[in-house]
Amino acid sequence: MKETGSIFHPRFMIVLVVLATLILLVPAVGLNFGDPITSSTDQYYIDHSQVETGANNVVASIVFDYRGFDTLGEATVLFIAVLGVAMVFRRLYK
Amino acid sequence: MIANLPFIAVALLIGISLAIILLKKNMIKMVMGLSILEGAVNLFLVALGYRENGIAPIFTSAPEGAEMVLPTVQALTLTNIVIGVATTALMLALVMVIYKKYGTVNSNKIRRLKE
Amino acid sequence: MTLGLIGRNAGRLLVPLIFIFGFYIVVHGHITPGGGFQGGAVIATGVALLLVSYYYRDCLERFIPITNFKLVESAGLMLYICTALAGIVVGSGLLFNWLNASGGLFGHPVAYGVNPGDLFTAGTIPILNFAIGIEVFGALSVVTLIMFAGLQEKTQQEEDAEAAESAAPLVSKRKKGKGGRK
Repeated sequence: MKETGSIFHPRFMIVLVVLATLILLVPAVGLNFGDPITSSTDQYYIDHSQVETGANNVVASIVFDYRGFDTLGEATVLFIAVLGVAMVFRRLYK
Repeated sequence: MIANLPFIAVALLIGISLAIILLKKNMIKMVMGLSILEGAVNLFLVALGYRENGIAPIFTSAPEGAEMVLPTVQALTLTNIVIGVATTALMLALVMVIYKKYGTVNSNKIRRLKE
Repeated sequence: MTLGLIGRNAGRLLVPLIFIFGFYIVVHGHITPGGGFQGGAVIATGVALLLVSYYYRDCLERFIPITNFKLVESAGLMLYICTALAGIVVGSGLLFNWLNASGGLFGHPVAYGVNPGDLFTAGTIPILNFAIGIEVFGALSVVTLIMFAGLQEKTQQEEDAEAAESAAPLVSKRKKGKGGRK
């Protein structure tokens, strides 16, 4: 049998992956595409974002105003990832 | 069922990426599998917020009276793409370090600790 | 490791246009599709084009060292944090949109519903867009530059010397004394 990167038997892994895909296919068939059910929050954003933030782009008003703290964390993650890349490469090519 | 083609594509993409991550030995291919997983999640988020005959949620010279697709999932996708780029760069840098130290990217050979 | 005459000239012509297009995407982030992340990525693409069309160690390292880009990235993050903290000082909380509809900078009143769009609206959103644009531009440029510096590419002189070395048996002795091509 071909060796794999895992400590488990490869046949077990294949069965696991197929099972996971089948489990994921159940809600995929159940959801209805093109008609989202839970959309009250998004409808609020669409209706009120222009009055509350003044931006025409609703996505920009969500990213930078309603969820601005999320974007601050995202910018920090990007900063730290780049810091890690720089640190790793400085040790490689001194 | 055929109307749900995007969600079925998401499930298949996640299955493919899990198979790549679990069954491949080459670490570059594992990083590729993680990128496919990230793309599947992005596709799921955008497909979740789609409305029939919806326009992009931007008011600048939009057609009158048209329905807009959901904006929150698009904001989450925007976040996900940037984080994905950053983490992919970090993972590739770590793979380069491993190659420099062990001379291979095979995850079987680097599993046992040398020295 | 360069593109030759055509590639270099095409890069020199295209890079300013790419920068202007990225800047357009950043500053119009709140009225058209786009924003800080997308515009910053576009500007970083211009830096990548500069990298592949010129020699890095010959041209770029002297004028724009990697430290400058790290400074740019940190400046973007600091601008974001300062704008967020200004909301506490002036308004009611972190990231409060205190510039919106105030009449000053970026404070024009916005028409409700479908409108052609006004650049000076939306309060702090354009400023935050700009900060994120600067940060993403710096971050992606640093990643590209660092990964490119890991290649240990040769400079123009070293490459010429190598070419002269390999071509040495073919040329006559008199020409070799003058040294290489050119």
